[in-house]
Amino acid sequence: MSPMKSKKDSGSGHRKTTLSRGMTAAWPICLGYMPIGLAFGVLAQKAGLSPLEIGLMSVIVFAGSAQFIAVSMLAAGASLFSIVATTFMVNLRHFLMSSALAVFLKNADRKKLSFFAYGVTDESFAVNLSKFRDSRWDLNSALITNYTANLTWIITTVLGGVGGQFIPAHAFGLDYALIAMFICLLVFQIRGFIYVITAVTAGIFAVFLSMLIPGNSYIVIASMTAAAIGVVLKKKGR
Amino acid sequence: MVSREYLAVILGMGLVTFLPRWLPLVYLTKRSLPSWLVEWLDFIPAAILSAILLPALVSDSATRSVDLWRPEFIVAIPTFLIAILTKSLGGTVIVGMLLFGLAQKFL
Repeated sequence: MSPMKSKKDSGSGHRKTTLSRGMTAAWPICLGYMPIGLAFGVLAQKAGLSPLEIGLMSVIVFAGSAQFIAVSMLAAGASLFSIVATTFMVNLRHFLMSSALAVFLKNADRKKLSFFAYGVTDESFAVNLSKFRDSRWDLNSALITNYTANLTWIITTVLGGVGGQFIPAHAFGLDYALIAMFICLLVFQIRGFIYVITAVTAGIFAVFLSMLIPGNSYIVIASMTAAAIGVVLKKKGR
Repeated sequence: MVSREYLAVILGMGLVTFLPRWLPLVYLTKRSLPSWLVEWLDFIPAAILSAILLPALVSDSATRSVDLWRPEFIVAIPTFLIAILTKSLGGTVIVGMLLFGLAQKFL
């Protein structure tokens, strides 16, 4: 930006970069959400939900795996309590993610934090966390990233419910978009040998646990344990 | 139209999804955290990403068994290398998708 520009110009320029930065960071998430959102819409429509009902669930809940599970439970005639309890268990891992994000958001605006909390998913957590560490990232950009991803999810789930069976959701290796994104974001998190050990421990422990216990609580148990091992190793290394 | 029962289900789901996402963000950002907790939280991202990723790569959710000869796992190896060498999120995603598309055709 030229230093000759007036203050007002640079202000709107800043807004623009916040917007474009946030949206640029969101595109791998969006790419990954598209096939999953469409697949969810198709499934929900087969389970008897209207596009309006699908859209409402995506707006109010905004949680991929929990929505899939809820739809299959609704189709099986499960009770309100069991669906809500299952959703709680499935999404408890976000408690850990929000805690890790909180380290970077000291004394941030409470209202903005609440809007940000709504959009904390596995994917937005991973992207925002590596961005926050990069320092030139702020809560505004993070909000844009979250809501871009959120909007993609809402639109694709509704589209899937309207006519998803005509859209080739599995084309072009799209199924792998989120996995490839997680691989790269994991690489970004490795900042030393202890992080490698922590990640490998968490991964192997998670694989074992996922065989033994139902649901996805293995994610929380494995990562909390592995992170504790990381802390112990760091203490010993000192 | 949307039934009252359905609305109750998704509102309940929305509440129990939002609260775990919201509580740490409003409470932990207002306090100074003990150093052991900050250190522990520092390891959480690497741990949690790996705990989500590895089961998706090597285990078959239908049969609950570990299988390394899956396109998900085989493609992950070059994808990891590309991520380490290029440090590019976009590049890794595109190449990963292309390789997976090919692997599904030929493996």
